[in-house]
Amino acid sequence: MQPVRRTSLLSSVRMALRMLRRDWRAGELRVLAIAIVVAVTCVTAVVFFTDRIGQALKYQAGELIASDLRIIADHPLAPEIRDKAKALNLATADSWNFRSMVLADGGSRLAEIKAVSDLYPLRGELRISQQLFGAGEPVDGIPTAGTVWVEPMLLRQLNVVVGDQINVGAKRFTVAGVIKYEPDRSGDMFSIAPRVMLNLVDLPATELIQEGSRVRYSLLVAGEKSAVDQYRQHIKKQLGRGERLEGVEDARQEVRFALQRAQQFLGLAAIVSVMLSFVAVAMSARRFAERHLNTCAIMRCVGAKQSQITQLFFIQLLMLSVLASLLGCAFGYVAQSGLVNLLGELLVVKLPDSSLWPVFTGLVVGLVGLTGFALPPVMRLKEVPTLRVLRRDLGRIRPLSLSSYAFGLLAIAGLLFWQAGELKLGAIMLGGMAIAALVLTGVSYGLISLLKWLPAREGIAWRFGINNITRRTHGSVIQVLAFGVGITVMLLLVVVRTDILRAWQHNLPADAANRFVINIQPDQTQQVLDFFAKKNLSNVSLYPMIRGRLVAINGKSIEPDSLEDERAQRLVRREFNLSWAADLQQGNKITQGQWWSKQRQGATQGKNQFSMEEGIAQTLGVKLGDTLTYSISGSQISAAVTSIRSVQWDTFQPNFFVVAPPGVLDTFPTSYITSFYLPPSKVSVLDELVKIFPNVTVIDISAIMNQVRRIMERVALAVEYVHVFTLLAGLMVLYAAIQATQDERLRENAILRAIGAKRRRLLQGLVTEFTVLGALAGILGAIIAVVLGYVVSVYVLDLQYLHNSWIWVIGPLGGAVGVGLSGTLGTRKVLSRPPLSVIREI
Amino acid sequence: MSENVENAIVNVQGLYKEVASLNPQNVSPLVILHELDFTIQSGETIAIVGPSGSGKSTLLGLIAGLDTPSRGKVILDGENLTAFNEDERAQVRAEKLGFVFQSFQLLTSFTALENVMLPLEIVDRKNARELALSVLGRVGLSERLSHYPNQLSGGEQQRVAIARAFAPEPKLLLADEPTGNLDTATGQRIIDLLFDLNQEKGTTLVLVTHDHGLAERCDRVLQLEAGRLVHADAREHQTESQIKKQKERHAAGTAN
Repeated sequence: MQPVRRTSLLSSVRMALRMLRRDWRAGELRVLAIAIVVAVTCVTAVVFFTDRIGQALKYQAGELIASDLRIIADHPLAPEIRDKAKALNLATADSWNFRSMVLADGGSRLAEIKAVSDLYPLRGELRISQQLFGAGEPVDGIPTAGTVWVEPMLLRQLNVVVGDQINVGAKRFTVAGVIKYEPDRSGDMFSIAPRVMLNLVDLPATELIQEGSRVRYSLLVAGEKSAVDQYRQHIKKQLGRGERLEGVEDARQEVRFALQRAQQFLGLAAIVSVMLSFVAVAMSARRFAERHLNTCAIMRCVGAKQSQITQLFFIQLLMLSVLASLLGCAFGYVAQSGLVNLLGELLVVKLPDSSLWPVFTGLVVGLVGLTGFALPPVMRLKEVPTLRVLRRDLGRIRPLSLSSYAFGLLAIAGLLFWQAGELKLGAIMLGGMAIAALVLTGVSYGLISLLKWLPAREGIAWRFGINNITRRTHGSVIQVLAFGVGITVMLLLVVVRTDILRAWQHNLPADAANRFVINIQPDQTQQVLDFFAKKNLSNVSLYPMIRGRLVAINGKSIEPDSLEDERAQRLVRREFNLSWAADLQQGNKITQGQWWSKQRQGATQGKNQFSMEEGIAQTLGVKLGDTLTYSISGSQISAAVTSIRSVQWDTFQPNFFVVAPPGVLDTFPTSYITSFYLPPSKVSVLDELVKIFPNVTVIDISAIMNQVRRIMERVALAVEYVHVFTLLAGLMVLYAAIQATQDERLRENAILRAIGAKRRRLLQGLVTEFTVLGALAGILGAIIAVVLGYVVSVYVLDLQYLHNSWIWVIGPLGGAVGVGLSGTLGTRKVLSRPPLSVIREI
Repeated sequence: MSENVENAIVNVQGLYKEVASLNPQNVSPLVILHELDFTIQSGETIAIVGPSGSGKSTLLGLIAGLDTPSRGKVILDGENLTAFNEDERAQVRAEKLGFVFQSFQLLTSFTALENVMLPLEIVDRKNARELALSVLGRVGLSERLSHYPNQLSGGEQQRVAIARAFAPEPKLLLADEPTGNLDTATGQRIIDLLFDLNQEKGTTLVLVTHDHGLAERCDRVLQLEAGRLVHADAREHQTESQIKKQKERHAAGTAN
């Protein structure tokens, strides 16, 4: 025997390339390739997007808080804090933030006022333009006294240009520039109102800072790292109530947390698409393998070795998946710009270009699809007995067990954990998906076996069609699942989303309050009420508001960090708005205990007591009879909870977590708040109000609600956008499922036609089959869509779920028509091939 | 027969093949081939005949190393196939064997030219394309190079299969009912082509056939019945001219 000849790798590659070209031309690899493209596109789009956001946060880390360290307080900081910084030779700057009304001839608007002192910003730079749309120039310094810099949105809203005058509180300012970039602005992810920046020296003249005003006082500190660290150590111990320290990392964490949630949603949607795509990959690879049984047998017959065949197919599929993945990466890059368009304008940060990391992720996903799902059936090809060339019935590919796909399934689980970012969430998602997959498969099996119980109908077409479904149970289940997921996505996009929006609007009565007026000083209350009466705005009542921090429950002081509930932590860190009232407010209902006016004379009356809202009582674990201690302006006040109330929050009336009877809180600094419905025809009333009482702030809730709704819609759109890929992937599975049965159908139909079945009959059978499959899938889709809609509205959006019965019609009917049409069109080829040519190939 | 064995391209010794019975009641295995012994000389043309189920195709498969016997040996051009593993047998096939099938066995996604190039590509022949082109020209399909099998008639498909079998210039060509799927006239032309190429290239030809006319044209006929060779050396079937032809060939072989 001659020495074993080894074919070089290069020649294998060359031959694999030729085979790839031939198989591609013959259409054998299209579904497989497109499925990989879809999976990779979807993942890279999301990863590109998150990568850019991540980079934005990283690059601007220092700028994010415009300093190295920031001390934030709800009251002016003690001079020692500043002095210590100066002693350590650190630079400092002040930044005071609050919301207030801004007036111009064009009307009044809510703005986020920021009064800054000389050295601001200590890190990063401001970019200011002289025109609305001009590119910003870096500036050195802050607005000079008597001038302000404002964000473009405000100029449009007030219809003013640079050089015009606007009123902030009691002072008139000249608009001297348009803010194009403000370093620490990105800390607040979503902007509610446009920025107005002014010089701190002008602030007293605005008369906006009064007792009880909500102001965020920040002291910015920057300098040598060691000095900053030393300062941090020192200040940490000195922090009083309402004061906190924020480093670059802390600020980033907050932003990250908000973004992480969005990314998790997007990532989850992407993974669902990836999984569906991989199902399509596995199905089409199996078909590819089956169609290559002869090729392999013949190649073996003419002398190819097993290893040679394995190598050839491996190289062929590797090349295919690398090409498909690269294409997917390119599509992903294009697709992420869609995401940036949808979400980008909500982000104040300008996103930098992406790194190459997403391309790597895309290639990994493509290779997982190849090795995990395409290779298992194809690698079985080497086992084809050569004798198959003589006996066609030999060597069908054995069905692959789940364990053949172990690598792929593990890799998907890994992807899921990676995307979830934490073990627990990953485990929940994995478990949820496994359960969902099992339940849905079970439901599909159930629906299909129901068909067997259908009363036998006359007509061969019907019988033939139904038989086709019940006979191929496995294939039919996969088809129903694939169609079902596709239909779910469409139902979610079309029906459920509008229903949820409807539910949201439904919750708001037409005359719900649309304006809040806050910061009314006690000595202004009568004047303000008179003003409203004069303007024919009746039913306006003012509520006292006192700000206090909950420091102890039943005498035990509260450490925010020791609380498990995140919301409870936040509530305890923040100042509460307390109020006092003699009568129970409209929309409030006592659920436990008794309101003071109903109490027996002398029992608890006249004593300190509180009424607490039931939701917050539950969050904080407060029960009837517990004693709460509040710290208000440096002094403490304790009282027992004598009643627990339920509050109807969506009336947009001012409501308070904790209310005391008159006489308990009266001595503390108080401001007043009111809300009312302002008909659009009376908008000018507010400009007048702000002119007379410059210190009050009017908040346009409808504008804020619109903003919130816009954000909600945008985020929903972004998730839907990614869901389009899910839909595409679902279609791929569908197509692969149709294709998988194509060869079998071809043979069967050829034989049926050969023995005399009419083409028309067979076509009717096909129509029946796909219409019924589509209807079943529609039922499945409707079930999933209703469950998801319920979960999203009740648990995520906190809305009552409005069930739309039409979904049970649209789902099955749409499925029947859509799938019936596309399935029939997709398999029509089966009928148009002359039976002889098919039989000759058997 | 010692010179015959030396000169033999195929030497079959005690070839025995059984398969497990599919009938669960019957545990004794099903015997397909009973202890066959024969040799085929280089350059001979042999017909294997016999009724359906007599084991013809199994025998052909064993000679080609497509399957392994239960006992016995197949020595192909001096190499004991039965001692080889599947890949080594594949290599022997690649170097020495050509195959023509009743059902043509062309790859449907490959053009005529690509089908013929396949065995050459597998052994990494440099001039695969040129060789394939010339063989396809020889079988008269120069005009059909880029056609796919389903665009070709049955006769044309079998000519592509023959071109594919002859392209690597094998020493032994095995044909399994090469005319079984063709009409008489086309079948005749295919047979002529096979014999012509056999002569031109000096290939040994072994064919399984039901066609008596075809069997007649062979040097020798091996008749199988129920897995036994009824006429191991059926020279009485041969015509005078065939014997003469064979002797001439032998003489030429020894002279070489």
